Order: sequence, then structure tokens, then C-alpha cells
Amino acid sequence: MSESNTTKKFMFVNRKPPHGTIYALESLEVVLITAAFDQDVSLVFMDDGVYQLRKGQQTQGIETKNFSSTYRALDGYDIEKLYVEKESLEARGLTEDDLLVDVMVLDRTALGALMNQQDVVLSF
Amino acid sequence: MKFGIVINEGPYQHQASDTAYLFCKAALAKGHEIFRVFFYHDGVNNASRLTEPPQDDRNIVARWSKLAEEHGIDLVVCVAAALRRGIKDENLARGFRISGLGQLVEAGIQADRLVTFGD
Amino acid sequence: MLHIVNKSPLGHAALDSCMRVGDGGDLLLIEDAVYAATAGTLFEPLMRDALNRFKVYALQPDLEARGVAANLIQGITVVDYGGFVDLVTQNKTCQSWL
Repeated sequence: MSESNTTKKFMFVNRKPPHGTIYALESLEVVLITAAFDQDVSLVFMDDGVYQLRKGQQTQGIETKNFSSTYRALDGYDIEKLYVEKESLEARGLTEDDLLVDVMVLDRTALGALMNQQDVVLSF
Repeated sequence: MKFGIVINEGPYQHQASDTAYLFCKAALAKGHEIFRVFFYHDGVNNASRLTEPPQDDRNIVARWSKLAEEHGIDLVVCVAAALRRGIKDENLARGFRISGLGQLVEAGIQADRLVTFGD
Repeated sequence: MLHIVNKSPLGHAALDSCMRVGDGGDLLLIEDAVYAATAGTLFEPLMRDALNRFKVYALQPDLEARGVAANLIQGITVVDYGGFVDLVTQNKTCQSWL
């Protein structure tokens, strides 16, 4: 499906919580399509964006799609670079055990350095 | 240089579309190319030709149409976001076209820089 | 890289997050973020501290629209939309901290 031979480093920075707004869901859509274009994809979860990965989300009561299971499916699309900012996780009283998927936890300095290496950064 | 632009918010509600427009004008004045403007989320509302602002206000939609016409800019509206919000071919303003998210990714690949305007 | 922020630091965490994580470089304040460029707010000490790590710019038309163009923290550079374009071209990547 790639329309170009160019491979760029795409980073998706997710800073908003799920459900209150559509951004988390849309981010997943773009992530999947970017992977289909054979680009180098990484996802960052920081600030309230870490709540996107929280276990136990049940959306029946608010009558919206529960897309949290999609994070578990990313692996199947070879999307394996999921980074969570350590400080954001700690500020919310969360640990890796509270998250739906395996992630790499980076401190703010390591995360900032990683951002600097990207070609395209999309914020959601 | 070749720019890709992403607009995430609708007109009049948020400054994003205004800032993006003024950025594009400045880029064009400097001899840069606007490869594509991608309208996403509520940003798809920038493409409705049914928009009727009061006479003493700027016409954000018409302004985009005019800029696209003058400079051959590809104005792409995200299809899924558009259909959810009632933006269809029949009420699409001049110069806009509806297409998929692949157009956003392609802009990221093809353009030298991708700049996002949103909330 | 170029960091673009568009929210007031007194109401939103975006600028805080950008300064916490961003690995230096250029930082452009647009739209409601231009309030962060003004002297006398609670945020001013944090901005002064950030000036040691970032080169900070503020968008002049947004400052003027909000009536705060005359009250800038020293060390912040004012740019117009053309200057905004130049900042984007001068940096390999830009990130909008929405």
C-alpha cells in the first residue's frame, strides 16, 4: 500500500484522555494508516494521554465504542514502539501494571531526545 | 520548501483555521509551496459552502477556496470526519475535495514540513 | 526542533509539558499562548527559567490582538507570520503541543 519509497519517522504524541474528546480514537486511525504506508511509527503517551492505556475501560454506559482493545492489536500491525512518560504516569498514581499493553517507560529527558530524532510529529 | 498543513478545528469557534490561513499566505509570499491542507476532526467544517458569516466578518471558507484557486493548493477533507458531520460533496465549497486519512499520511511523507493547527 | 504552543499556561498544561519534555530548541508562542510572553504573571519565573533552555518567540499579531504587545519578558523575540514560516523552515521538525 506504500505510495512512496520514502520512510520517515512518524511520532504520534497523545496527551489527551480518551472518551471526553475524539482525539485518542482518531490518533489510532492515523497510526494504523501510517503503518500501512510502511513508515517508522512510534506512539507517545504523556500527560492525560496515559489514561488512554488504562485497563478496565467500560464504555457501555456512555454508549460509545470501546476502542481501548485496539491498543492490544497494534502489535499485529508491527507497531511496537509505545512510549510512556514516567513523570506523567507517576503524577497520576499509575504504574505499568495499570496499563493495557507493554510499553517502554521513558523519563522526560529520554523522551525529549527521542522527539528530537523524528521527521514528523503529530499531536493528538 | 514544500509544506503540509493540518487543521483540526472548525471555523469561527477556534483560531486554528485563521492562523493556518495567515501562515499559508506568508509561506506563499516567501515563495514556498503549500502541498496540501488537510482538514481533520471538526476542521472539516471549514469546507461547508453553506457557511454564511455576517457581512462584517471574514469569510473563512471562501478565503480558503480563493487561496487554493490562486495557488493550486490541494484542500483535502477527511472523509470519515466529514460524513460524521454532514459534510458531503453536495455541500462542499469550491476547491475542496473529500478523501481518506491516507492523504494526511502522504502529506507527512511528501512535504518537507508538516504543521498542525488545532486546539 | 520547533515547539509550537497555543494555550495560556495559566489555564492549560501544554506549555508546562512542552518545557518539561522538550529538549531545547525553538519555542514559538501563538494564539492564547502569547500570554506566557508577558511580564507580571505567575508563570513569569517559569518562562524566565525556560529561556535558559529554549529560544522563545511570540507571534506579534496575536500579542497585539490581546493587548499585551508592550509588556514582554526580556529575551523573547517577536515574529510576524513570515517569521513563523522561517522558524518552521529552519527546524527539521515542528511539534504543535495541542
